[in-house]
Amino acid sequence: MSASDGFSWYLPLWALVATLAMTSILEASRGLGFSRLSLPFLIGTFVTDQRGRAVVIGFIVYTLGGWLFAFVYFMLFSSVRIYTWWFGALAGLVHGLFLLTCALPLLPFVHPRMASEYHSASAIRQLEPPGFLAMNYGYHTPLSTLFAQIVYGATLGGFVEVANWMNS
Amino acid sequence: MNRQTSRAGELHQPEIKDYAIIGDCRTAALISREGSLDWLCLPNFSSPSAFARLLDPDAGHFSIRPRASFTVERQYVPETAVLETTFKTASGTVRLTDLCPVSDSVGSLLPMREVLRIVEGISGCVELEIEFAPRLHYGRMRAPIRRLTDAVWRCGGATELLLLNCNLELVDDGPTLKATTCMTGGERQHFSLSYVERDVGTIAPIGADADARCGRTIAWWRSWSGLCNFMGRERDMVLRSAITLKLMTFCLSGAIVSAPTTSLPETIGGARNWDYRYCWLRDAGLTMSSLVDLGFHEEASSYLGWLLHATRLTRPNLRILYDLYGRTSVGERIAGWLAGYMNSVPVRIGNGAIMQRQLDVHGQVIAAAQIFAASGRKLGPLEAKMLANFGDVVCKQWREPDNGIWEIPGARRSYTFSKVMCWVALDRLLSLHERGIIDLGARETPFRQTRADIADCIESDGFNADLGSYTAELSGHEMDAALLLLVRFGYKVASDPQMIATYHRIEQVLGCDGLLYRYLPGHDGLKGREGAFGIVSFFAVVHLAERDLVQEAIQRFDHLCAFANDVGLFGEEIEPQSGRALGNYPQAFTHVGLIHSALAIERARRRIAQ
Repeated sequence: MSASDGFSWYLPLWALVATLAMTSILEASRGLGFSRLSLPFLIGTFVTDQRGRAVVIGFIVYTLGGWLFAFVYFMLFSSVRIYTWWFGALAGLVHGLFLLTCALPLLPFVHPRMASEYHSASAIRQLEPPGFLAMNYGYHTPLSTLFAQIVYGATLGGFVEVANWMNS
Repeated sequence: MNRQTSRAGELHQPEIKDYAIIGDCRTAALISREGSLDWLCLPNFSSPSAFARLLDPDAGHFSIRPRASFTVERQYVPETAVLETTFKTASGTVRLTDLCPVSDSVGSLLPMREVLRIVEGISGCVELEIEFAPRLHYGRMRAPIRRLTDAVWRCGGATELLLLNCNLELVDDGPTLKATTCMTGGERQHFSLSYVERDVGTIAPIGADADARCGRTIAWWRSWSGLCNFMGRERDMVLRSAITLKLMTFCLSGAIVSAPTTSLPETIGGARNWDYRYCWLRDAGLTMSSLVDLGFHEEASSYLGWLLHATRLTRPNLRILYDLYGRTSVGERIAGWLAGYMNSVPVRIGNGAIMQRQLDVHGQVIAAAQIFAASGRKLGPLEAKMLANFGDVVCKQWREPDNGIWEIPGARRSYTFSKVMCWVALDRLLSLHERGIIDLGARETPFRQTRADIADCIESDGFNADLGSYTAELSGHEMDAALLLLVRFGYKVASDPQMIATYHRIEQVLGCDGLLYRYLPGHDGLKGREGAFGIVSFFAVVHLAERDLVQEAIQRFDHLCAFANDVGLFGEEIEPQSGRALGNYPQAFTHVGLIHSALAIERARRRIAQ
């Protein structure tokens, strides 16, 4: 089976590289002071309130999630038979917008440790809510998140494009 | 509780002290003695206002008051933030209860924010006039008010919606709803004002449901107040200060705002008007100490979390202030359309002081963490690493000039208090290291050396032997009341002759009728003369108590408490001649000072009793 069929034996490797690229961008944006958003931390705190443990658990789950999510991207590429970096970037952009406008705003209602605008002052919840476009974590958060998601999609699409080019 | 008479139909700008605060730990409203809600920002403390008559007669209000001349008595329901205003007229008495319900809106369909106003006829018959005039976006937006149902009115902007639910027949008078009604003994009317942003609006029920929300809110505040472990003679004032501090805590992030208002003037008619709806790190050490010492450990934990993690965007450097979520985009702009409190312009939105530099902030944050850890709470390894990194910044920067704790504009100078807080930063880190709470590793030796260097610098240049006193600046001669904190932060003991001399010098130079100015008027180079500074006046009480001069401390404490308003609230400053409150209001820092004073007095009593 060729890469253009939506699958390659190298797919898990590409998925890992794309996930690492995305994670690196998000972490770099934290280190550079653009945003405080840490998706691994938010994921990890679903299961523990200990910061150090939450970061480790969250990072493992997030990496696995990014790795598995790559298969959805490949299914998307395969379904429309477009295997290019720019289509991957477009998919990443849509994915990022969904994350910012739907998934993160939902988080305060499902996360056991996150406050929401609707919780009373009596609720002992220690994580601040993301707010509109997650801008409570810094006004540049939407940009860094979208950029990371675009790089993730473009990396996956780019790998398939290169593989196709090498096979042709 | 005290009385004041208001004449029928008379409208005047209330004194700052005439306001009381209600809130839900996300935003706060100010209500005048005459029953007018004149300040409310929505949805959060630093959001644009929906009611701002505090700053301009046409910027929005929601008033409920008798038509005839009346006298007012006011109090908070004991141990709560629920305000009761009793109006007495020649024909009868009514009571107005104001609160922001503490409700779980996740497990119900209650609104995102709500202000609940309940009017109850006590005796006779009182004719009331009600005016509802919301003006969104600091009074700039006059959104039309439309009727939704018989009882519900809506007023909305692009993303926000206000809903007023009441059973009275309101008359639509342009952008204002008006009504008059006669309240007789036993009769009750409810006014529920709810708010939502970027969501479907929900109407909070009135009648018995509203009374139940009021009851739950009173119970919640009493339960919270029950955590206060201060049982001394000053408990009522301490608890009121603690509740006021809690009202200024932003429960969604753990931040504590300096005050819920902007541009209440430090000089009436002057330009010393600043936006205080942000979080100043200079308050961190004393605020943390207040929370921990009173037994409010959840608030202390949330506050430390905010201090260490919300400030991440600028780490390891720290700005002097942040917004509620730790962001730094709080640039200052002028609200030229607002007349200002008693024509004190400009009205500022945002705070340009964020561009200033204060070397004391690292020391404040580290001191807060040390106080938290000393109360038996744990610091995680990540927190420990952050604190050690702050120490590196201090070692690198302590010799540089700054704007000082009081944000003096203009050229940076070498303030003695800033150097002391750099010393405090390293001293607390070494203390945490010695107790095994953090591991400084190879940093220990340089931190010890730098701490010694800073102390040498303070003793050689920060103490003026001719004056026999520490001074505001290195090699200077002016005074700074912040120097009284040298004892509180453990740099000196109160009985140290140099500290006693410094206290007397501060009292001599900056004292006025039992109050203290923070520095000599005019020192900051700004126009106008500011009032005596609330918190530093309380520092003097702490100093006396630390020297076991309990009676003097109590006398001074009582004298200061007499400057509070009828419900125990303080502004930032006090005008010595008139006793009027100045500056943003109520001021968290002043209430922190009151708590510190009372705790210091109580500690002194115990020492003497032993």
